[in-house]
Amino acid sequence: MTTNDWPLWEVFVRSRRGLSHTHAGSLHAPDAELALRNARDLYTRRGEGVSLWVVPSSAITASSPDEKDPFFEPAADKPYRHPTFYEIPEGVQHL
Amino acid sequence: MTVTVDAAALALGDDALVLSHRLGEWAGHAPVLEEEVALANIALDLLGQARVLLSMAGDEDELAYLREERAFRNLQLVEQPNGDFAHTIARQLYFSTYQRLLYAHLASGDGRFAGLAAKAVKEVAYHQDHAEQWTLRLGDGTDISHERMRTACRALWRYTGEMFEPVEGLDVDWEGLRSAWLESVSAVLLRATLDVPEGPPSGAWSAGAGRQGVHTEPFGLMLAEMQHLHRSHPGASW
Repeated sequence: MTTNDWPLWEVFVRSRRGLSHTHAGSLHAPDAELALRNARDLYTRRGEGVSLWVVPSSAITASSPDEKDPFFEPAADKPYRHPTFYEIPEGVQHL
Repeated sequence: MTVTVDAAALALGDDALVLSHRLGEWAGHAPVLEEEVALANIALDLLGQARVLLSMAGDEDELAYLREERAFRNLQLVEQPNGDFAHTIARQLYFSTYQRLLYAHLASGDGRFAGLAAKAVKEVAYHQDHAEQWTLRLGDGTDISHERMRTACRALWRYTGEMFEPVEGLDVDWEGLRSAWLESVSAVLLRATLDVPEGPPSGAWSAGAGRQGVHTEPFGLMLAEMQHLHRSHPGASW
């Protein structure tokens, strides 16, 4: 088992047209082309998707748990930022 | 007429069944988890094809589990042991290229196999892509991977001639298939910095006759393992 030699990739799957790509998980692969193929085998074999992205995990900059409060806490008590005062017309999907 | 159609269904069905079982043997042993799933996916595609094809020829379970070695009509190529990963990839490259060309041809006609072939050719295109990607990386990789891939391609080359012997009941231009296959495989090997193996010198032994029921020694062992559960518990179900 030499998986440790291979970099980690994050996989994003678009489940159907009109929806955005959603993070599905991660995998190991030696390069981008094989990462895409591994993603096909691991995350779309039951018909889950119509499009795949793979991104090197090292390319992702993530927020730190230490910054949780300054980052996210101030948004908690501002309900006026939520578009809950609009009526959504019938027939609009994916909102 | 029925006999010839059955012969073709058996030949194609046994190819798919036997290679499926060989690939399944990688479960729990593949070099990395991702590759294990990839090989298992290919094995399951082939198993699905085998079930359809064998059902055309008779009862799929009886055909898979109760036939003796000499009654199997698969190519000797697909029964060859997995060997190292390079051997498995070389076997995949040779067979999936053949299967893709053959099924594309069958799908374009209106014969009995057209429906199955049209569905399977998409699966097989992925199998070929998988084999090609790995051939390129192993051949044009490190010194060790290059040497292993070269050894594997040479070792299995002698089993490729048999693929182009006519199968009763299939209307195929076999010589045309051979040259298309050679062109496709050669292009991949050259891109992978591997040389195309040369055929056996005239008069030398070359493998074949799997379609007539003559198989290599490892096949008996594989069948024993594949069939023993069904034979030990006849008629058992989940």
